[in-house]
Amino acid sequence: MNTHTTTNDNAPHKEKPPTGLIPIPTTTARALATGGGALTIISAFLAWTWTAAFPGDLTVYGYPGGLQWLVLITGALTTLLGLASYDIKGIRAITPGNADAALKYAALAAFGTAWYTILAISTHLGGLANLEPGGWITAIATLTALTGALALPYPRPRTYPVDPEDTSWEQFKHRTRNGMTVLKGAFAAETPPTPRKLNSYLEILIIITALATGLLVFTYGIGTEYDELFIGFLISVGLGFAALAKAGIVAQISVYTARHRNITLIGAFLAAAAFPFTQSDDQYATIGVYILIFATVALGLNIVVGLAGLLDLGYVAFLGVGAYAASMVSGSPSSPFDIHLPFWAAILVGAAASLIFGVLIGAPTLRLRGDYLAIVTLGFGEIFRLVAMNSDGASGPDITNGSNGISSIPNLKILGFDFGIEHSIAGFTIGRFANYFFLMLLITLVVVLVFRRSGDSRIGRAWVAIREDETAALAMGINGFRVKLIAFALGAALAGLAGTVQAHVTYTVTPEQYQFANTVPPNSAFLLAAVVLGGMGTISGPLVGAALLYLIPNKLAFLGDYQLFAFGLALALLMRFRPEGLIPNRRRQLEFHEAELAPGETPPPAVLSKTGA
Amino acid sequence: MTTNTTEQGQTPAAPAGQTVLDARGVTMRFGGLTAVRSVDLTVNSGEIVGLIGPNGAGKTTFFNCLTGLYIPTEGEVRYKGDILPAKSFKVTAAGIARTFQNIRLFANMTVLENVLVGRHTRTKEGLWSALLRGPGFHKAEAASKARAMELLEFVGLADKAEHLSRNLPYGEQRKLEIARALASEPGLLLLDEPTAGMNPQETRATEELVFAIRDMGIAVLVIEHDMRFIFNLCDRVAVLVQGEKLVEGSSETVQQDDRVIAAYLGEPFEENKS
Ligand SMILES: Nc1ncnc2c1ncn2[C@@H]1O[C@H](COP(=O)(O)OP(=O)(O)O)[C@@H](O)[C@H]1O
Ligand SMILES: [Mg+2]
Repeated sequence: MNTHTTTNDNAPHKEKPPTGLIPIPTTTARALATGGGALTIISAFLAWTWTAAFPGDLTVYGYPGGLQWLVLITGALTTLLGLASYDIKGIRAITPGNADAALKYAALAAFGTAWYTILAISTHLGGLANLEPGGWITAIATLTALTGALALPYPRPRTYPVDPEDTSWEQFKHRTRNGMTVLKGAFAAETPPTPRKLNSYLEILIIITALATGLLVFTYGIGTEYDELFIGFLISVGLGFAALAKAGIVAQISVYTARHRNITLIGAFLAAAAFPFTQSDDQYATIGVYILIFATVALGLNIVVGLAGLLDLGYVAFLGVGAYAASMVSGSPSSPFDIHLPFWAAILVGAAASLIFGVLIGAPTLRLRGDYLAIVTLGFGEIFRLVAMNSDGASGPDITNGSNGISSIPNLKILGFDFGIEHSIAGFTIGRFANYFFLMLLITLVVVLVFRRSGDSRIGRAWVAIREDETAALAMGINGFRVKLIAFALGAALAGLAGTVQAHVTYTVTPEQYQFANTVPPNSAFLLAAVVLGGMGTISGPLVGAALLYLIPNKLAFLGDYQLFAFGLALALLMRFRPEGLIPNRRRQLEFHEAELAPGETPPPAVLSKTGA
Repeated sequence: MTTNTTEQGQTPAAPAGQTVLDARGVTMRFGGLTAVRSVDLTVNSGEIVGLIGPNGAGKTTFFNCLTGLYIPTEGEVRYKGDILPAKSFKVTAAGIARTFQNIRLFANMTVLENVLVGRHTRTKEGLWSALLRGPGFHKAEAASKARAMELLEFVGLADKAEHLSRNLPYGEQRKLEIARALASEPGLLLLDEPTAGMNPQETRATEELVFAIRDMGIAVLVIEHDMRFIFNLCDRVAVLVQGEKLVEGSSETVQQDDRVIAAYLGEPFEENKS
């Protein structure tokens, strides 16, 4: 609302007319971008290669397959945004933000997807000779669109001349920095104005459309059958989403969702519930339920980390405590207790056990400030795993059955509904994992509600106050220890809740499921990453973050041993370029990009003023 | 901005002359350094008391001793007859609120949220109430918001309620700190250099604001470097030099005291952020 646009920043540079990165006249550039987009659409209908050996069958004229669909969609987006950038009435309205910046991202999305495909075909089949003319046309069309888009003029950010007295290395660094600033400026867009109020029904319709699109994209991503398609999907969706964000569409929709919060919540819930119906077998419902478990736990962690600002590095242990506690009272033959409680009781046992552990860990440590908590929770996480591992009757008391874990946990039966078998609902076959998917979705809903309601209340404000400035919060009468303990215990109980379902989904609960770092989520490191990646203090952030962090390693199995390396690299890059996460909290966005938004009075050489956010 | 809205009825104005704050022999040592040495100070209801002294004299440290941020090495502090608890959040609950010399707002919360946090001790709704959202919860939230808006109105920030507090200009941040402190319905308000960094107009407005707060029945103890501000405002002024109370008395007495002039007023005055 009171963000500064870059215009005033560039005021003293009026003498230079705005130019693009590539010297082509503006009208030509715009035509190239739009035309290139249109040609891209057409080229998606051509054959790109001669053999169906490349997955997706790109040999058919008149019907796109596999990656061609992605190129078609990104090409269409490019064309649409290109037309919008002409200020054509009706189409212009879809881009309340910066149409030119959006166009650049869209062209980049089409280019990236198309050229990745061509590269993949060449490496897969051995050489560019395997391309049909359609493939060449696509390559040229997307390159044309990108060239045109990059040639669009934009207000140059301020750069500072190189100091000739500097060492050549310093000069090189300075030039690189200037280059980066100019490049970033090309893709920057000012914050779009707050959208005007539409008819309520229209706003709700827009929300529903957005949710349906979300479901569609997610279902498509989860169902991608080969590596190339998934990578192409990531390129298209990532850059395409950036284009929509620059166009101001994302901001507009989030204003509407904020205005209709309950409808959005119900809509999102229904969209998620529709997911198993889009699947013909239980394979992807499995992924769905694991994502939900991971996402729900991440959301619980977001209360602790995002709201109260407590760094918990052993959070997965609370999931483990819940899972173990619930499994032991659910009739597993390897449980030391010979009882089989109904599910509602097991869920209470699981959540209560985690809650108690949360209080036990939190009470002594939350009196300390800062890093102690991180270290103690990290230690607790490992202690939990080791204790569970050694309580096997040989090296410790016989409780957890050691590394074999609590196994053969019977499937749930709630009100006569057996979760272990397939059911037929309205002609759709709903398998075992889909059953658990629905159950887990309910738990997710509970956690979302808990997050939302607690966050927006006296206690939630106290958490944020403690995070912001503990001394001031204490001086305002907040009992810091008490409030932090509540956050910590609540977070633990929610993880325990998810743990009870997880125990039933996986049949077996073993210590190795609850490590600090592992290649399979959920583990403490991935949970924290999901929160940070998605956006601290938001609801949708950790959900999206968890979905990505689950899907990417799951789909890109070929990364193998490099998986954790790639994960670390991606996280480092993200923290460098988008520290507020994919779906930032309004507050954090300001926090991290304040320097860039403030009018440039900063000393020139040390801090280059950057444009936009 | 100093419209004195209907503020009556929240803190019953104690009969004039009743001792609100009674600090006796307060001493604060940091290792070998004695920052505050055996200071006695009382504040009566309806009073505005000033605390002046050169930088590093121990004024802020003394405030910290009064608000539970530090536990005095020696001495005791009573608020309305009761010894103060040793925890700062309990001190606030007892009825002493404060502002900070170097502004400590919750930077990434909105102006309104900052004041709502100040209401923490005067509201009860816990986690269950927040989760279940019964009618009591909504009523309490609405009442808190209404009271917070009243206070924002009082300091002149009502139209900025939804801004992030970090985006306010300096002078308004100081006012917001005062509003936030008032939200805890204190009987005594401690202001640590409330006009530091303000221009003359803002300083005068703050003066009016402090008078209005006094008229609400809240006793005020204020640290300030601006002499005109202090001598205009205060019923009584205490001078702290090197941790010891040098003089205490009415503005006139203090202004004319030779020791004060020698120790403090005689020196060239400089703005500085110790
Ligand atoms: N926490 C602390 N530890 C050590 N010394 C401190 C601490 N707080 C204040 N002091 C010292 O106490 C003295 C008084 O400081 P302060 O109360 O801030 O002065 P004033 O507010 O009057 O300018 C200074 O010498 C300061 O360095
Ligand atoms: Mg001070």
